[in-house]
Amino acid sequence: MSRTHVTCTVNGDPVDFLASDDTSLLNALRGELGLTGAKEGCGTGDCGACSVLIDGRLNCSCLVFAPEAEGSDIVTVEGIADDDHLHPLQQAFLEGAALQCGICTPGVLIAAKALLDANPDPTETEIRYALAGNLCRCTGYDKIIRSVQEAAVRLKGAAR
Amino acid sequence: MRYAAPTTVDEARSLLAEHPGSRVFAGATDLIPQIRAGRPAPPVLVDLKRIDQLMTVLHEDGQWRIGAATPTSNLTRNRDFTAMFPGLSEAVGLIGSDQIQNRSSLGGNLANASPAADSVPAMIANAVQAVIASGDGTRTVPVAEIATGPGQTSLADGEFIVEFTVADPPSNTSDAYLRMIPRTEMDIAIVGAAVRLTVDGDIVTDATVVLGAVAPTAVTVPEAGAALVGAAIDAGSIDGSAMDTLADAASAACDPIDDKRGTVAYRRQVAGVMARRAAAIAVGRAQNGV
Repeated sequence: MSRTHVTCTVNGDPVDFLASDDTSLLNALRGELGLTGAKEGCGTGDCGACSVLIDGRLNCSCLVFAPEAEGSDIVTVEGIADDDHLHPLQQAFLEGAALQCGICTPGVLIAAKALLDANPDPTETEIRYALAGNLCRCTGYDKIIRSVQEAAVRLKGAAR
Repeated sequence: MRYAAPTTVDEARSLLAEHPGSRVFAGATDLIPQIRAGRPAPPVLVDLKRIDQLMTVLHEDGQWRIGAATPTSNLTRNRDFTAMFPGLSEAVGLIGSDQIQNRSSLGGNLANASPAADSVPAMIANAVQAVIASGDGTRTVPVAEIATGPGQTSLADGEFIVEFTVADPPSNTSDAYLRMIPRTEMDIAIVGAAVRLTVDGDIVTDATVVLGAVAPTAVTVPEAGAALVGAAIDAGSIDGSAMDTLADAASAACDPIDDKRGTVAYRRQVAGVMARRAAAIAVGRAQNGV
């Protein structure tokens, strides 16, 4: 099996690692870099638990070969808090009890961040569509949607 | 298995020539699940996304050129493209989640050759052409000639799709794509219907109807299109008997499978309904210049 030396930026830090050519970015993040926030749910791009931002775009890291990350800028759930302060989405999820087992939560947070970065004032329908690629099998969707709405309000307030 | 990221079409050609059985990929949204499901891994995985031409969408001289590896979200976010081809844009906007659409490509959706590929009927209805790297040069063929059966294409070993070309639609022309899935989102079509038509005032003057997921490949239904040509449009609605003929022709053209997502009889009936509704949307767009 060939291995490739990959240099990229993860959560603002330059990193490099050696990855098997057939391994996923998700495996590299979790195994080589110790960033275990993104989870493998399905491994086929259906559940969204492995969601990360690559060059600002929402992706399933299980559907990305690790060598593809060369030169890219990756954001995982570990990178969205600001030093000692949780990201407003994380804080709203905590307060709104928008998680039960927590497996889907890192992916949901990243997908919600991708949405709010592009659209700071989404409708409920837009939120539901934007999170349609993230499955929660504890059936917590309503609390998730309400927490994203709350975070959007707080982010808009902070931006003012 | 080795990963390679060529930056030119010629470099990709050489890799494929030197390593028979290798696979090109763009988003890998079908490839990775297939490998995980046990399909033999190719000797070399050729990532096409570092080739500028395959990642570029250009509109010039009345023609669009769409790089075959371009993420489909680049099309749905492109206002000019979506205004000109609302049906094709809505078709690619139905493929999976945002995560998937940031990776999936027209080239991959076509070359994967799923009978249910949503973009394919809409591309065929718009007479989209595929430009294929072949030998030392290229050949250009209609999209309808690529898929030959489920998972099967007319692409020879070493060939790959470079880009798609499509002419701006004539005036008073528009398209629409609808599909039926058992759920409301994130599912595979059990019937897809693309309609493109042209109007002259209150008369339909041209129409193309293409169905997906009801036969081994997408099927163009000339009888369904012909049913609309000459049909009157009254207050935005196409004449009912012409629509009945269209729906019957669409149902008759189906050669569907029977599976857990839909029976043969259901797919046949729904094909007529989807074709009729897509025509109703397309005629509104054509008349209102949307």
